Amino acid sequence: MTLSYKPLTREQMAWRAAQDLPEGAFVNLGIGIPTLAASFVPAGREVIFHSENGILGLGPKPEPGMEDPNLTDAGKNPTTLITGGVFMHHADAFLMIRGGHIDVSLLGAFEVSEAGDLANWTTEDPAFPPGVGGAMDLAVGAKAIRVIMDHTDKKGNPRILKHCSLPLTAAGCVKRIYTNLAVIDITPQGLFVVEMVDGMTLERLQAITEPKLQLANSWQALAPPEAMAA
Amino acid sequence: MIDKRVKNLADAVAGVKDGATVLVAGFGVVGVADDLIEALHEQGARDLTIVANNAGNGDVGLARLINSGRVSKVICSYPRSGDYSAFLKAYRDNTLELELVPQGTISERMRCHAAGLGGFFSPVSAGTKLADGKETREIDGKLHVFEKPLKGDIALLRADKADRWGNLTYIKSARNFNPVMAMAADLSVVQVNEIVELGSLDPEAVVTPSIFVDRVVVVGTNA
Repeated sequence: MTLSYKPLTREQMAWRAAQDLPEGAFVNLGIGIPTLAASFVPAGREVIFHSENGILGLGPKPEPGMEDPNLTDAGKNPTTLITGGVFMHHADAFLMIRGGHIDVSLLGAFEVSEAGDLANWTTEDPAFPPGVGGAMDLAVGAKAIRVIMDHTDKKGNPRILKHCSLPLTAAGCVKRIYTNLAVIDITPQGLFVVEMVDGMTLERLQAITEPKLQLANSWQALAPPEAMAA
Repeated sequence: MIDKRVKNLADAVAGVKDGATVLVAGFGVVGVADDLIEALHEQGARDLTIVANNAGNGDVGLARLINSGRVSKVICSYPRSGDYSAFLKAYRDNTLELELVPQGTISERMRCHAAGLGGFFSPVSAGTKLADGKETREIDGKLHVFEKPLKGDIALLRADKADRWGNLTYIKSARNFNPVMAMAADLSVVQVNEIVELGSLDPEAVVTPSIFVDRVVVVGTNA
Protein backbone atom coordinates (compact mmCIF):
# COMPACT_ATOMS: atom_id res chain seq x y z
CA MET A 1 0.00 0.00 0.00
CA THR A 2 1.34 3.41 -0.87
CA LEU A 3 0.62 6.19 1.53
CA SER A 4 -1.46 9.01 0.14
CA TYR A 5 -0.18 11.25 2.91
CA LYS A 6 3.24 12.26 4.11
CA PRO A 7 4.09 12.06 7.83
CA LEU A 8 5.89 15.05 9.32
CA THR A 9 9.61 14.99 10.00
CA ARG A 10 10.95 15.52 13.54
CA GLU A 11 11.70 19.14 12.67
CA GLN A 12 8.21 19.70 11.30
CA MET A 13 6.64 18.26 14.47
CA ALA A 14 8.81 20.57 16.57
CA TRP A 15 7.90 23.49 14.29
CA ARG A 16 4.20 22.82 14.77
CA ALA A 17 4.50 22.69 18.58
CA ALA A 18 6.56 25.89 18.59
CA GLN A 19 3.80 27.83 16.77
CA ASP A 20 1.59 27.42 19.85
CA LEU A 21 4.10 28.92 22.31
CA PRO A 22 2.71 32.33 23.26
CA GLU A 23 4.59 35.60 23.62
CA GLY A 24 6.10 35.89 27.09
CA ALA A 25 5.71 32.22 27.96
CA PHE A 26 8.13 30.35 30.22
CA VAL A 27 8.64 26.99 28.56
CA ASN A 28 10.44 23.77 29.48
CA LEU A 29 11.47 21.52 26.60
CA GLY A 30 12.00 17.80 27.12
CA ILE A 31 14.91 15.89 25.65
CA GLY A 32 14.66 14.81 21.98
CA ILE A 33 12.17 16.32 19.52
CA PRO A 34 10.85 18.89 22.05
CA THR A 35 14.36 20.41 22.30
CA LEU A 36 14.20 21.17 18.55
CA ALA A 37 11.16 23.41 19.10
CA ALA A 38 13.39 26.20 20.44
CA SER A 39 14.62 26.85 16.88
CA PHE A 40 11.12 27.34 15.45
CA VAL A 41 9.60 30.04 17.66
CA PRO A 42 8.14 32.63 15.23
CA ALA A 43 10.40 35.65 14.70
CA GLY A 44 9.64 38.57 16.98
CA ARG A 45 8.02 36.42 19.67
CA GLU A 46 9.84 36.37 23.04
CA VAL A 47 9.67 32.97 24.69
CA ILE A 48 11.90 32.14 27.67
CA PHE A 49 13.17 28.58 27.96
CA HIS A 50 13.77 26.97 31.35
CA SER A 51 16.22 24.13 31.97
CA GLU A 52 15.80 21.86 34.99
CA ASN A 53 19.50 22.07 35.90
CA GLY A 54 19.09 25.72 36.83
CA ILE A 55 18.79 27.98 33.78
CA LEU A 56 16.07 30.48 32.88
CA GLY A 57 16.84 31.92 29.46
CA LEU A 58 18.38 28.93 27.73
CA GLY A 59 19.85 29.88 24.36
CA PRO A 60 20.77 27.99 21.19
CA LYS A 61 23.60 25.50 20.80
CA PRO A 62 26.99 27.26 20.93
CA GLU A 63 29.09 27.73 17.79
CA PRO A 64 31.78 25.04 17.43
CA GLY A 65 34.71 25.92 19.66
CA MET A 66 32.57 28.18 21.89
CA GLU A 67 31.33 25.42 24.24
CA ASP A 68 31.55 26.27 27.96
CA PRO A 69 32.14 23.22 30.22
CA ASN A 70 30.14 24.95 32.98
CA LEU A 71 27.07 25.56 30.83
CA THR A 72 24.99 22.58 29.74
CA ASP A 73 21.30 21.87 29.23
CA ALA A 74 19.03 19.18 30.70
CA GLY A 75 20.33 16.72 28.08
CA LYS A 76 23.89 17.47 29.32
CA ASN A 77 24.78 19.08 25.99
CA PRO A 78 26.66 22.40 25.73
CA THR A 79 24.28 25.35 25.56
CA THR A 80 24.23 29.15 25.85
CA LEU A 81 22.48 31.81 27.93
CA ILE A 82 20.41 34.50 26.20
CA THR A 83 20.65 38.16 27.18
CA GLY A 84 18.58 38.51 30.35
CA GLY A 85 19.05 34.85 31.24
CA VAL A 86 19.84 33.82 34.82
CA PHE A 87 20.97 30.83 36.85
CA MET A 88 19.33 29.37 39.93
CA HIS A 89 20.07 26.40 42.15
CA HIS A 90 18.38 23.06 41.64
CA ALA A 91 15.68 23.26 44.32
CA ASP A 92 14.53 26.60 42.89
CA ALA A 93 14.62 25.23 39.33
CA PHE A 94 12.16 22.54 40.44
CA LEU A 95 10.14 24.95 42.56
CA MET A 96 9.47 26.70 39.25
CA ILE A 97 8.39 23.40 37.70
CA ARG A 98 6.40 21.88 40.55
CA GLY A 99 4.88 25.15 41.71
CA GLY A 100 3.07 25.92 38.47
CA HIS A 101 5.35 28.74 37.34
CA ILE A 102 6.20 27.15 33.97
CA ASP A 103 3.54 27.92 31.34
CA VAL A 104 4.18 25.08 28.92
CA SER A 105 6.03 21.78 29.16
CA LEU A 106 6.67 20.04 25.83
CA LEU A 107 7.47 16.39 26.46
CA GLY A 108 8.16 13.22 24.54
CA ALA A 109 6.11 10.13 25.38
CA PHE A 110 5.82 6.39 24.85
CA GLU A 111 2.03 6.39 25.36
CA VAL A 112 -0.82 8.79 26.11
CA SER A 113 -4.30 7.69 27.15
CA GLU A 114 -7.66 9.23 26.24
CA ALA A 115 -7.83 10.58 29.79
CA GLY A 116 -4.53 12.41 29.24
CA ASP A 117 -2.50 9.92 31.27
CA LEU A 118 1.18 10.11 30.34
CA ALA A 119 3.70 7.25 30.20
CA ASN A 120 7.16 8.52 29.32
CA TRP A 121 9.64 7.35 31.95
CA THR A 122 10.11 3.60 31.73
CA THR A 123 9.60 0.72 29.31
CA GLU A 124 10.32 -1.69 32.21
CA ASP A 125 13.27 -3.28 30.42
CA PRO A 126 14.66 -5.58 33.13
CA ALA A 127 18.19 -5.34 31.69
CA PHE A 128 18.50 -1.64 32.52
CA PRO A 129 17.88 0.48 35.60
CA PRO A 130 14.93 2.85 35.31
CA GLY A 131 15.52 6.61 35.19
CA VAL A 132 12.87 9.21 35.89
CA GLY A 133 14.78 12.50 35.91
CA GLY A 134 12.42 15.46 35.96
CA ALA A 135 9.60 13.78 33.99
CA MET A 136 7.18 13.38 36.92
CA ASP A 137 7.84 16.88 38.24
CA LEU A 138 7.13 18.42 34.83
CA ALA A 139 4.02 16.31 34.22
CA VAL A 140 2.50 17.40 37.54
CA GLY A 141 3.68 20.97 37.77
CA ALA A 142 3.63 22.82 34.45
CA LYS A 143 0.44 24.75 33.60
CA ALA A 144 0.08 23.09 30.19
CA ILE A 145 1.47 19.67 29.30
CA ARG A 146 1.79 18.98 25.59
CA VAL A 147 3.28 15.87 24.05
CA ILE A 148 5.24 15.48 20.81
CA MET A 149 5.49 11.88 19.59
CA ASP A 150 5.11 9.64 16.55
CA HIS A 151 1.50 8.57 16.12
CA THR A 152 2.37 4.87 16.24
CA ASP A 153 5.30 2.75 17.42
CA LYS A 154 7.81 1.28 14.98
CA LYS A 155 5.52 -1.70 14.32
CA GLY A 156 2.57 0.58 13.56
CA ASN A 157 0.75 -0.02 16.86
CA PRO A 158 -1.15 2.90 18.37
CA ARG A 159 0.51 4.97 21.07
CA ILE A 160 -2.65 6.90 21.82
CA LEU A 161 -4.53 4.32 23.87
CA LYS A 162 -7.66 3.87 25.97
CA HIS A 163 -5.39 3.04 28.89
CA CYS A 164 -1.59 3.24 29.02
CA SER A 165 0.10 -0.17 29.15
CA LEU A 166 3.33 1.23 30.62
CA PRO A 167 3.78 2.69 34.12
CA LEU A 168 2.38 6.20 34.39
CA THR A 169 4.39 9.37 34.76
CA ALA A 170 1.27 11.24 35.85
CA ALA A 171 -2.48 10.81 35.38
CA GLY A 172 -4.72 13.12 33.38
CA CYS A 173 -2.12 15.76 32.60
CA VAL A 174 -1.80 15.88 28.78
CA LYS A 175 -4.02 18.39 26.99
CA ARG A 176 -2.63 18.38 23.43
CA ILE A 177 -0.66 15.85 21.34
CA TYR A 178 1.41 16.74 18.29
CA THR A 179 2.08 13.63 16.22
CA ASN A 180 3.67 13.15 12.83
CA LEU A 181 0.14 12.89 11.41
CA ALA A 182 -2.15 15.13 13.45
CA VAL A 183 -2.72 17.57 16.28
CA ILE A 184 -5.16 16.15 18.82
CA ASP A 185 -6.75 17.87 21.82
CA ILE A 186 -7.74 15.89 24.90
CA THR A 187 -10.96 17.30 26.38
CA PRO A 188 -13.58 16.11 28.89
CA GLN A 189 -15.77 15.45 25.80
CA GLY A 190 -13.14 13.19 24.24
CA LEU A 191 -10.32 13.40 21.71
CA PHE A 192 -10.66 16.03 18.99
CA VAL A 193 -8.55 16.12 15.84
CA VAL A 194 -7.80 19.78 15.22
CA GLU A 195 -5.29 19.26 12.40
CA MET A 196 -4.37 16.40 10.05
CA VAL A 197 -1.72 16.11 7.35
CA ASP A 198 -2.86 16.47 3.75
CA GLY A 199 -4.43 13.27 2.43
CA MET A 200 -5.27 11.91 5.90
CA THR A 201 -8.86 11.07 6.73
CA LEU A 202 -10.53 10.63 10.11
CA GLU A 203 -11.14 6.96 9.28
CA ARG A 204 -7.48 6.30 8.49
CA LEU A 205 -6.35 8.11 11.61
CA GLN A 206 -8.90 6.23 13.71
CA ALA A 207 -7.50 2.92 12.43
CA ILE A 208 -4.18 3.68 14.13
CA THR A 209 -5.64 5.31 17.27
CA GLU A 210 -7.26 3.19 19.99
CA PRO A 211 -9.78 5.58 21.60
CA LYS A 212 -12.53 7.23 19.60
CA LEU A 213 -11.53 10.36 17.65
CA GLN A 214 -13.84 13.20 16.72
CA LEU A 215 -13.12 15.79 14.06
CA ALA A 216 -13.16 19.33 15.43
CA ASN A 217 -15.57 21.64 13.56
CA SER A 218 -12.77 24.07 12.87
CA TRP A 219 -10.20 21.45 11.84
CA GLN A 220 -7.44 22.46 9.44
CA ALA A 221 -4.68 20.96 7.35
CA LEU A 222 -1.47 20.29 9.27
CA ALA A 223 0.91 22.03 6.89
CA PRO A 224 4.40 22.91 8.12
CA PRO A 225 6.89 24.56 5.79
CA GLU A 226 8.03 22.12 3.09
CA ALA A 227 11.63 23.27 3.48
CA MET A 228 11.92 21.20 6.67
CA ALA A 229 10.63 18.02 5.09
CA ALA A 230 14.01 16.78 3.88
CA MET B 1 39.86 33.80 63.61
CA ILE B 2 37.45 31.72 61.61
CA ASP B 3 39.33 29.81 58.98
CA LYS B 4 37.67 26.92 57.13
CA ARG B 5 40.55 26.42 54.70
CA VAL B 6 42.17 23.01 54.86
CA LYS B 7 45.63 22.19 53.50
CA ASN B 8 44.80 19.36 51.16
CA LEU B 9 42.15 16.99 49.82
CA ALA B 10 42.92 14.31 52.43
CA ASP B 11 42.19 16.78 55.25
CA ALA B 12 39.05 17.84 53.42
CA VAL B 13 37.47 14.37 53.60
CA ALA B 14 39.02 13.22 56.89
CA GLY B 15 36.68 11.47 59.31
CA VAL B 16 34.09 10.02 56.92
CA LYS B 17 32.79 6.83 58.54
CA ASP B 18 31.71 3.52 56.99
CA GLY B 19 27.99 3.60 56.26
CA ALA B 20 27.93 7.37 55.75
CA THR B 21 25.42 9.12 53.51
CA VAL B 22 27.34 11.25 51.02
CA LEU B 23 25.67 14.04 49.04
CA VAL B 24 27.44 14.31 45.68
CA ALA B 25 26.59 17.52 43.83
CA GLY B 26 26.59 17.94 40.06
CA PHE B 27 24.41 17.44 37.00
CA GLY B 28 26.02 15.06 34.54
CA VAL B 29 29.70 15.99 34.71
CA VAL B 30 29.08 19.69 35.48
CA GLY B 31 29.62 21.05 38.98
CA VAL B 32 30.92 17.73 40.33
CA ALA B 33 33.65 17.77 43.02
CA ASP B 34 35.68 15.07 41.25
CA ASP B 35 38.82 15.69 43.32
CA LEU B 36 36.95 15.36 46.62
CA ILE B 37 35.33 12.12 45.45
CA GLU B 38 38.76 10.78 44.47
CA ALA B 39 40.01 11.82 47.91
CA LEU B 40 37.14 9.91 49.52
CA HIS B 41 38.22 6.90 47.47
CA GLU B 42 41.70 7.21 48.98
CA GLN B 43 40.25 7.81 52.45
CA GLY B 44 38.68 4.35 52.38
CA ALA B 45 35.16 4.64 53.87
CA ARG B 46 32.88 1.79 52.77
CA ASP B 47 29.21 0.87 52.61
CA LEU B 48 28.36 4.38 51.44
CA THR B 49 24.93 5.68 50.49
CA ILE B 50 25.32 8.18 47.67
CA VAL B 51 22.76 10.88 46.92
CA ALA B 52 23.27 12.36 43.46
CA ASN B 53 21.33 13.21 40.32
CA ASN B 54 23.22 10.73 38.16
CA ALA B 55 25.29 7.67 38.96
CA GLY B 56 28.82 8.39 37.76
CA ASN B 57 30.67 8.48 34.46
CA GLY B 58 33.45 6.26 33.08
CA ASP B 59 35.78 5.15 35.88
CA VAL B 60 36.40 8.45 37.67
CA GLY B 61 34.87 9.99 40.76
CA LEU B 62 31.60 8.36 41.74
CA ALA B 63 31.97 5.63 39.09
CA ARG B 64 35.35 4.70 40.58
CA LEU B 65 33.85 4.46 44.07
CA ILE B 66 31.17 2.13 42.67
CA ASN B 67 33.72 0.04 40.75
CA SER B 68 35.72 -0.35 43.97
CA GLY B 69 32.67 -1.80 45.73
CA ARG B 70 32.42 1.02 48.22
CA VAL B 71 28.83 2.04 47.48
CA SER B 72 25.91 0.02 48.82
CA LYS B 73 23.09 2.33 47.81
CA VAL B 74 22.47 5.11 45.30
CA ILE B 75 19.60 7.58 45.69
CA CYS B 76 19.23 9.34 42.33
CA SER B 77 16.78 10.37 39.63
CA TYR B 78 18.55 9.29 36.47
CA PRO B 79 21.32 6.68 36.58
CA ARG B 80 21.29 6.23 32.78
CA SER B 81 23.45 9.21 31.95
CA GLY B 82 26.68 9.31 29.95
CA ASP B 83 28.96 6.28 30.41
CA TYR B 84 27.23 4.73 33.43
CA SER B 85 28.84 1.29 32.96
CA ALA B 86 30.12 1.21 36.57
CA PHE B 87 26.62 1.65 37.95
CA LEU B 88 25.10 -0.74 35.39
CA LYS B 89 27.51 -3.54 36.31
CA ALA B 90 26.85 -3.16 40.05
CA TYR B 91 23.10 -2.93 39.40
CA ARG B 92 23.10 -6.13 37.33
CA ASP B 93 25.35 -7.89 39.86
CA ASN B 94 22.91 -6.82 42.57
CA THR B 95 25.70 -5.35 44.69
CA LEU B 96 24.02 -2.00 45.14
CA GLU B 97 20.52 -0.81 45.82
CA LEU B 98 18.87 1.90 43.72
CA GLU B 99 16.31 4.27 45.24
CA LEU B 100 14.86 6.11 42.25
CA VAL B 101 13.44 9.52 43.21
CA PRO B 102 11.94 12.18 40.94
CA GLN B 103 14.56 14.84 40.37
CA GLY B 104 12.75 17.72 42.05
CA THR B 105 11.83 15.51 45.00
CA ILE B 106 15.50 14.76 45.70
CA SER B 107 16.47 18.40 46.03
CA GLU B 108 13.29 19.31 47.93
CA ARG B 109 13.83 16.48 50.44
CA MET B 110 17.29 17.90 51.14
CA ARG B 111 15.95 21.46 51.34
CA CYS B 112 13.32 20.15 53.75
CA HIS B 113 15.97 18.72 56.08
CA ALA B 114 17.96 21.95 55.81
CA ALA B 115 14.88 23.91 56.80
CA GLY B 116 14.24 21.76 59.86
CA LEU B 117 10.98 20.31 58.56
CA GLY B 118 9.70 16.79 59.05
CA GLY B 119 8.72 16.13 55.46
CA PHE B 120 6.23 17.38 52.89
CA PHE B 121 3.33 16.29 50.72
CA SER B 122 4.02 16.50 46.99
CA PRO B 123 1.74 15.80 44.02
CA VAL B 124 4.76 14.50 42.10
CA SER B 125 4.64 10.70 41.57
CA ALA B 126 1.12 10.41 43.08
CA GLY B 127 -0.62 7.40 41.55
CA THR B 128 2.61 6.03 40.05
CA LYS B 129 4.91 3.13 40.87
CA LEU B 130 7.37 5.48 42.55
CA ALA B 131 4.77 6.24 45.22
CA ASP B 132 4.26 2.58 46.14
CA GLY B 133 4.26 2.13 49.91
CA LYS B 134 4.25 5.86 50.65
CA GLU B 135 1.63 7.64 52.72
CA THR B 136 -0.80 9.67 50.59
CA ARG B 137 -3.27 12.44 51.34
CA GLU B 138 -5.77 14.33 49.25
CA ILE B 139 -5.15 18.07 49.55
CA ASP B 140 -7.62 20.45 47.87
CA GLY B 141 -8.88 17.59 45.75
CA LYS B 142 -5.45 16.52 44.53
CA LEU B 143 -3.58 13.38 45.59
CA HIS B 144 -0.26 14.04 47.32
CA VAL B 145 2.55 11.73 48.45
CA PHE B 146 4.42 12.14 51.73
CA GLU B 147 8.16 12.61 51.25
CA LYS B 148 10.63 12.49 54.11
CA PRO B 149 13.54 14.85 54.60
CA LEU B 150 16.93 13.68 53.35
CA LYS B 151 20.17 14.55 55.10
CA GLY B 152 23.79 13.84 54.40
CA ASP B 153 26.57 13.04 56.83
CA ILE B 154 28.85 14.81 54.36
CA ALA B 155 28.34 16.83 51.17
CA LEU B 156 31.04 16.94 48.49
CA LEU B 157 30.65 20.26 46.70
CA ARG B 158 32.22 22.30 43.95
CA ALA B 159 32.17 26.08 43.78
CA ASP B 160 34.18 28.79 42.04
CA LYS B 161 35.40 31.17 44.76
CA ALA B 162 35.36 31.07 48.54
CA ASP B 163 36.63 33.29 51.34
CA ARG B 164 38.08 31.94 54.60
CA TRP B 165 34.62 31.98 56.19
CA GLY B 166 33.27 29.70 53.46
CA ASN B 167 31.04 32.12 51.53
CA LEU B 168 30.68 30.65 48.03
CA THR B 169 30.08 31.75 44.45
CA TYR B 170 29.48 29.44 41.50
CA ILE B 171 29.90 29.38 37.72
CA LYS B 172 26.81 29.21 35.49
CA SER B 173 24.97 25.87 35.47
CA ALA B 174 27.70 24.30 37.62
CA ARG B 175 25.71 25.73 40.55
CA ASN B 176 22.98 23.05 40.20
CA PHE B 177 22.72 20.86 43.34
CA ASN B 178 25.63 22.48 45.22
CA PRO B 179 23.73 25.13 47.24
CA VAL B 180 20.96 22.78 48.42
CA MET B 181 23.40 20.00 49.31
CA ALA B 182 25.58 22.50 51.20
CA MET B 183 22.56 23.20 53.42
CA ALA B 184 21.59 19.57 53.97
CA ALA B 185 24.73 17.87 55.32
CA ASP B 186 26.28 17.72 58.79
CA LEU B 187 29.67 18.37 57.18
CA SER B 188 29.87 20.40 53.97
CA VAL B 189 33.18 20.21 52.14
CA VAL B 190 33.87 22.36 49.09
CA GLN B 191 36.52 22.28 46.40
CA VAL B 192 37.01 25.71 44.87
CA ASN B 193 39.10 27.23 42.11
CA GLU B 194 40.23 30.12 44.27
CA ILE B 195 40.15 31.48 47.81
CA VAL B 196 39.86 35.26 47.97
CA GLU B 197 40.26 37.81 50.79
CA LEU B 198 37.34 38.09 53.18
CA GLY B 199 35.32 41.07 51.98
CA SER B 200 36.22 40.77 48.33
CA LEU B 201 33.19 38.70 47.33
CA ASP B 202 30.23 40.92 46.47
CA PRO B 203 27.69 40.20 49.25
CA GLU B 204 24.94 40.36 46.62
CA ALA B 205 26.69 37.66 44.57
CA VAL B 206 27.29 35.12 47.35
CA VAL B 207 24.98 32.16 46.69
CA THR B 208 25.92 29.95 49.64
CA PRO B 209 26.46 31.84 52.90
CA SER B 210 29.29 30.60 55.12
CA ILE B 211 26.94 29.19 57.78
CA PHE B 212 26.42 26.14 55.52
CA VAL B 213 30.12 25.45 54.86
CA ASP B 214 32.65 23.60 57.04
CA ARG B 215 35.78 22.95 54.98
CA VAL B 216 37.22 24.59 51.88
CA VAL B 217 40.08 23.31 49.74
CA VAL B 218 41.60 24.87 46.62
CA VAL B 219 42.08 22.59 43.63
CA GLY B 220 43.78 23.50 40.38
CA THR B 221 46.19 26.20 39.31
CA ASN B 222 45.56 28.38 42.39
CA ALA B 223 46.23 25.57 44.88
